Amino acid sequence: MTRHVVAPVSEFPPGTRRCVVLEGRRIALFNVGGRYFGLLDRCPHQGGPLSEGVLTGLVEAGTPGDYSFSRPGEILRCPWHGWEFDLATGRSRFDPRRHRTRAFRVTAEPAGDLRAETVPVRVEEDHVVVET
Amino acid sequence: MTALPPGAIDCDLHPAPPSVSALLPYLEPHWADAAGHRGLHELETIAWPPNAPLSCRPDWRDGDRRPGSDPERLIGDAVEGFGTRYAILNCLYGAPMLYSEDMAAGFCRALNDWLRAEWLDRDPRLRASILVPPHAPELAAEEIERMAEDRRFVQVLLPVMGETPPGRRVNWPAYAAAERAGLPVAFHAGSAYRHPPTPVGWPSYLAEDYAAQATAFQSALTSLVAEGVFQKFPDLTVVFAESGVAWLPAHLWRLAKYWRGLRMEMPWVDRSPEEIVRERVRFTIQPFDAPEEPDAVARLFDHLGSDDLLLFATDYPHWQFDGMGALPEGLPADLVQRIAVDNPLSTYPRLEEGEP
Amino acid sequence: MTVEVLDRPSGETPAEAALRIADCDIHPSPKSLEREIYPFLEKRWQRHMERYGARPRQPFLNGPAYPKGQPDAARRDAYPPAGGRPGSDLAFMRTQHLDPNNVGFGVLNPLKSGQGLQNLDFADAYCRAINDWQIAFWTREEPRLKASIVIPYEDAAASAREIGRCAGEEDYVQVFMLNRTAEPMGQRRYWPIYDAAAAAGLPLAVHAFGFGGAPITGSGWPSYYAEDMTGHAQSSQAVLTSMIFEGVFDRLPGLKMVLIESGFAWLPALCWRLDRVWMRMRDELHRCRRRPSEIVREQVFLTTQPMEEPRSPRQLVECIDWIGWDRLLFATDYPHWDFDQPDRVLPAWVDAEKRRAFFRDNALRVYGRQMP
Repeated sequence: MTRHVVAPVSEFPPGTRRCVVLEGRRIALFNVGGRYFGLLDRCPHQGGPLSEGVLTGLVEAGTPGDYSFSRPGEILRCPWHGWEFDLATGRSRFDPRRHRTRAFRVTAEPAGDLRAETVPVRVEEDHVVVET
Repeated sequence: MTALPPGAIDCDLHPAPPSVSALLPYLEPHWADAAGHRGLHELETIAWPPNAPLSCRPDWRDGDRRPGSDPERLIGDAVEGFGTRYAILNCLYGAPMLYSEDMAAGFCRALNDWLRAEWLDRDPRLRASILVPPHAPELAAEEIERMAEDRRFVQVLLPVMGETPPGRRVNWPAYAAAERAGLPVAFHAGSAYRHPPTPVGWPSYLAEDYAAQATAFQSALTSLVAEGVFQKFPDLTVVFAESGVAWLPAHLWRLAKYWRGLRMEMPWVDRSPEEIVRERVRFTIQPFDAPEEPDAVARLFDHLGSDDLLLFATDYPHWQFDGMGALPEGLPADLVQRIAVDNPLSTYPRLEEGEP
Repeated sequence: MTVEVLDRPSGETPAEAALRIADCDIHPSPKSLEREIYPFLEKRWQRHMERYGARPRQPFLNGPAYPKGQPDAARRDAYPPAGGRPGSDLAFMRTQHLDPNNVGFGVLNPLKSGQGLQNLDFADAYCRAINDWQIAFWTREEPRLKASIVIPYEDAAASAREIGRCAGEEDYVQVFMLNRTAEPMGQRRYWPIYDAAAAAGLPLAVHAFGFGGAPITGSGWPSYYAEDMTGHAQSSQAVLTSMIFEGVFDRLPGLKMVLIESGFAWLPALCWRLDRVWMRMRDELHRCRRRPSEIVREQVFLTTQPMEEPRSPRQLVECIDWIGWDRLLFATDYPHWDFDQPDRVLPAWVDAEKRRAFFRDNALRVYGRQMP
């Protein structure tokens, strides 16, 4: 496992997203209400850039017409064909076992634990770290 | 010639009243009187003009008599002819298409009583479907409850093209009644002609109308899946009769693709339409609109992806095949057994009850 | 470790990069009606547009009958950085699609035109403007792109006039209709269109969607956008049935028809069914003199998108084997959401000869063009 410092927390506020290349792979990162999520930026279907997808919630219905809406902002729809992915797991909503993209662990960590790399690490604030 | 195994069940045959006046003894007094003094015309639909080649196989014709109107001929040609254990009668007479809900329901009741008295009571191998008015689901539910007590009625019959797409909630009371009674709902080729039978307007030719039946079944399947009928009625089986079957794989590929991208529109559809259809929908085998080459047929069955889908049917007296060739050539024996015997028995649990 | 913060993915080099491909379904939009369309539209019709709007046979003045799955039915990454609707910025279309996907021949199919408007005079004027706009704003600027002659098809005489007006301009490669016409397309009210297309030597392209007024199912209007989208395949089957049974292809044996954006996997089963019905009721179909499957093999082509997606790609390839590898014209539907990415649509084991036909040669043959 490699840990990559991608940004100071102050530069990656809630409601924003960004796309980084780590070890040659494009990874889409999201800050949803202070929680960080990372997905491989490539839809397993036809390769659509997930970083450009819309964040929505989970629409479910036990019976026709009985809609429920939960987890707002945690479901990503591919910008091409609308496949829904769970930000937390990378699994597709329609077939979680067979169709999934890789999810990465993304955390905010105190600078004291981090080594300075190409992103300057300032000791006075936390940084967003992606594990690959 | 692919031979039928013993115990084969013919899941689609078409009896017809010899004329509308044959129903008079079975109509309630109000409707019988009205039929007389209003000069009610024959209720054959434009889908099956009796003299059109498709409407009756030449060797099953009987002079000028309406095809399918003689029980002895049907029993001789089809039941004896193919040696079937049971034959399920789907009457296509146009009574359900009458615009008045009450009149359509009244004539459906008469047709059901006529079927029971003139057909089912005549031969223990005969079974029938319950005719109901497609545009009056509450009245349909009442009629399903009335007829379901007779165990020889084994399913509910609706035209594939009614007044609203079949999945729409307005239709659900009929499905609820069918599910309660343990009866499959069959959609049969045909239309109430409330709308043009194609998405692009009224066609010119009967041949075009008949070709369009396959596309009507495609959109009916889409509707039943999208509206969540299979989730709402978990014990309901749907039968597509005279639908053709070769279109099914491509349609499911397309439907599943749009479901994957637009699932949020129909969140109750919680698994692939392909899985739902393979589990819950059955198709009568005639017309088998596929090539004759056994290789192509084998490939088609591979694309269908299940041996449970098809039900043997002659579609008597419609002219779909000649001689005894009701099944495609080259089918393996175990698949023939499934199509002719096992699948019908699991689709129609009432058949297992044996002779009433 | 390196960190790049990117605004937008750069186009990846597709597996098909070695092959310059044809894309037979690209949808351009004007940046603005006033700046791009009005210069070609008479003042009287500009005023009409502003007062009465474009009114097709559907409930809503703005937008489609069924709300789409995403805005403008577009890929969300297809909005030009400089602003405007997807498909409205040629420079961005080049960098996002034509260049990275190595498109050497692209056919423009404008969807918002006068087609299907209730007012036939307005439909005619609007179609003429859209035709002039395609040349002025697109094909003159980008030689890889070719235009379609959009026609007010519910008025066959006006349509034939417009085909005649445009036919001398070589940047037009086809006559363009939507498939949801008011009556089935083979009926004789539309024949002057086909006569004019055949006389001009142009294929007749028929794209999904339209505003004929008949519900997309024989039992009325469905509830969901997904049903409408799935239904395009049924509409195309009805269109093709009508064209065959009404004898259009027998009247005009040189006419080529291209069915666009309704998939293709339904074609084998339709042909099997039509052959059977034709054999059974030939005496009714007196204008249709050849076996339907034979007509299709000689005169009918389909664009690929949206490609059906069976779980087993082998089954899709088997389906194309049934159709024939010379019938299908690759199309992406750029910039729309159900876009097909060229390097992802065929399994890797399909051989190079078939790929060339599928991605390029069939289109060049149908349109009688060379790769620019």
